[in-house]
Amino acid sequence: MDLTLHVWRQKNRKAAGEFVTYREEARGISTDMSFLEMLDVVNERLIKSGREPIAFDHDCREGICGQCGVVINGSPHGPRRATTACQLHMRSFSDGAELTIEPWRASAFPVIKDLMVDRGAFDRIVAAGGFISVRTGNAPEANDVAVAKDDADLAMDAAACIGCGACVAACPNASAMLFVAAKAEHLNLLPQGAPEKDRRVLAMIDQADGEGFGNCTNHGECEAVCPKEISMGFIARLNRDYRRASMRQPRAAATSGGAG
Amino acid sequence: MELNSNVPPGPLETKWTQHKFDMKLVNPANKRKYSVIVVGTGLAGGSAAASLAELGYQVTCFCYQDSPRRAHSIAAQGGINAAKNYQNDGDSVHRLFYDTIKGGDFRAREANVHRLAEVSVNIIDQCVAQGVPFAREYSGLLANRSFGGAQVSRTFYARGQTGQQLLLGAYQALERQVGLGTVKMHSRHEMQQLVVVDGKARGVVVRDLETGETESHVADAVILATGGYGTVFYLATYAKGANCTAIWRAYKKGAAFANPCYTQIHPTCIPVTGDHQSKLTLMSESLRNDGRIWVPKANGDKRPPDQIPESERDYYLERKYPAFGNLSPRDISSRAAKEVCDEGRGVGKTGFGVYLDFADAIDRLGVDLIRERYGNLFDMYERITDEDPYKIPMRIYPASHYTMGGLWVDYNLMSSVEGLFVLGEANFSDHGANRLGASALMQGLADGYFVIPYTLGNYFGTVRAFDKIGVDHPAFKQAEAEVAERSRRLLGNKGDKTPDDFHRELGRIMWNYCGMGRTEEGLKKALVELPALKQEFWKRVRVPGENGEINQSLEKAGRVADLIELGDLLCRDALERRESCGAHFREEYQTPDHEALRDDENFCHVAAWEYTGEDAPPVRHVEPLSFENIHLQTRSYK
Repeated sequence: MDLTLHVWRQKNRKAAGEFVTYREEARGISTDMSFLEMLDVVNERLIKSGREPIAFDHDCREGICGQCGVVINGSPHGPRRATTACQLHMRSFSDGAELTIEPWRASAFPVIKDLMVDRGAFDRIVAAGGFISVRTGNAPEANDVAVAKDDADLAMDAAACIGCGACVAACPNASAMLFVAAKAEHLNLLPQGAPEKDRRVLAMIDQADGEGFGNCTNHGECEAVCPKEISMGFIARLNRDYRRASMRQPRAAATSGGAG
Repeated sequence: MELNSNVPPGPLETKWTQHKFDMKLVNPANKRKYSVIVVGTGLAGGSAAASLAELGYQVTCFCYQDSPRRAHSIAAQGGINAAKNYQNDGDSVHRLFYDTIKGGDFRAREANVHRLAEVSVNIIDQCVAQGVPFAREYSGLLANRSFGGAQVSRTFYARGQTGQQLLLGAYQALERQVGLGTVKMHSRHEMQQLVVVDGKARGVVVRDLETGETESHVADAVILATGGYGTVFYLATYAKGANCTAIWRAYKKGAAFANPCYTQIHPTCIPVTGDHQSKLTLMSESLRNDGRIWVPKANGDKRPPDQIPESERDYYLERKYPAFGNLSPRDISSRAAKEVCDEGRGVGKTGFGVYLDFADAIDRLGVDLIRERYGNLFDMYERITDEDPYKIPMRIYPASHYTMGGLWVDYNLMSSVEGLFVLGEANFSDHGANRLGASALMQGLADGYFVIPYTLGNYFGTVRAFDKIGVDHPAFKQAEAEVAERSRRLLGNKGDKTPDDFHRELGRIMWNYCGMGRTEEGLKKALVELPALKQEFWKRVRVPGENGEINQSLEKAGRVADLIELGDLLCRDALERRESCGAHFREEYQTPDHEALRDDENFCHVAAWEYTGEDAPPVRHVEPLSFENIHLQTRSYK
């Protein structure tokens, strides 16, 4: 198949970006290729003709590492539901298609080159409280605490988040609520995570606000594009946990580190 | 070079406990005076960095991805083994130890493997405490399943995403330390050089992949946890960025490289479709619990599978290995698939594929139950191949998946360079010549959570005072100059081929001559073709862009250059090991019914290679292996 690509090119954080159109380089694409393999082919052709390839993030190419992600014709990770860009195949497009390919757009995710963005904010949200404070070694016997299967399954639904950032890219407010909710509720749902619940939600939401992500106004775009189909129900849970935590212990937000 | 395994004396069952007591301790107030660099943030590196920071050491950590959470451990699907015996089906530390030694075809160190089996139970406790959402029974207790090569149910799992959940556990522990200020995390940084001062590993030179700047970092010890080198085959189940650069540079600075020829081929991957393909995707081994593997009996039978009657199908694993059948270990299943395809009985367009058929299981259990068990895997398969595995049997073929070779380490996980520790898949590991399913995750976490926190303290306690050095030390300046020269050479080369062109060619040579089957003739050919490829690489590679910016072509070129050299060592090792064991199958050494023929008389040892210079052949050293607790026996799965 032959395609026309309009790709966002931006040299670095500071430079202005622009769309560049590629036609010749995107001819003769096999429908068996993944979207990223199509970009590989375009890049090989660019290198051979002495031009710079398009920089994009990717790694596992199995839909699990969460490193890839571009906006294709306005939709993060492209048109197919529950599919990362690396698992999207060219048979999802028709011959002669025009594709506009751009990076995640959010001020909390600065573009660092072409289609690559800096998602360090997600790590900082986790560092603020997205963990259970357990020391290594001498943990209690695993079966000492029973976890109801339904709770464990629901926690796993949340834990399936790959941290790709598509939720932010799709949200009109560039809110990170689906990510924060998935990370926090995975732990909040388990008895092991319960003691730190209040501190966790307050600290994570505080960090997300500080990073410049917007608020959730229930558009639902995040859930629609999430490659792991994380439910917005977790945002509702997070809101409830946040309200309760705010009322119960405003002091929790102030403490950091030493979990007594 | 002297290879002293430093295995402590005493009975196997108490070696580790006694060793932990005998090792030197570092006073809590002194721990913060010691600094350590951890390269890699997968299961081994992430868990090590978190554990060491928690103990009080100053930790600096690097990964090449944009976040430590993306290390390729995240892609492991199936599960992690532990000798908990929750199922009451006869499992024990000794049985896990026994299975791993036997599975490794008697080419692993007994003491290491026993320690691995011992700490396996602590790993599960640790991960559950961290909130890893393992599968549960309705009672609220942990669930288990059986996994390739094991006859007991000792595998813990979190849907088909076990590696992801274990990694997130380690990552969260790591981020907690980052938040506390005890770990300095540098993502998008790639190690370029190991710096050795007075015989001790004292730091690394890294490239900041965003700015292109070269940075030097000093520490009192260096830990490499950078994974395996299976991308030497180009097409592999590894992440695209996975590479051998860190361990290869360390090898060139004096770290012995052990058993490079032990590379594992996983039997159940989606077959190759064309030249554009950039990687291979694994279908979890758990599919073999219900799927039946077959090919047509007749050569060149190209009929669609539903038109081939039962009597004309060959369920070759069930036929040849009735006791294990479709669950036969990976090396056996892979080789059997290759054999039937080489005979001309392979399926699919290319003929390099076999069927993994769920028709019987769907008849027996119903489509809903199959969907519940394997739905996500079936969807993934459908997405990649455009075929519906509920209706048409899956096609699978073996692919490079894991490497059991790596840098040589002693019992304390220290390499032959003092102060350089190597963890997880990057070391030559506890798996011998083969790895059983669900044991790699176990090893990564055992090394990171439960071994290195003790043995690193012992090293610091033994050396006591480290010379104060800074990044202005001549060893750092020299390493920086080496890195700069290499980039300059790559960027200045106005060739006509891309780094990927060379990577594909390397993969072709390695797969053809040093893949699932190896012969003296093939290996000798490879050892002619690889040096030629290396020469051509430096003459004709083209790397666009500049040094001082994000330059993915430059990153790739550097990795490919190292992989070509490693491929050469891999073939040398395969040539010298004149026996078949585990996943290393030298076709000249097989029994009349095509099983691997080991030579315990001459090869019951670890082969560790010493670098002797750019144009000098490496020297092969030997660490003898002794089996005192499990007697050497032929591995049979019939």
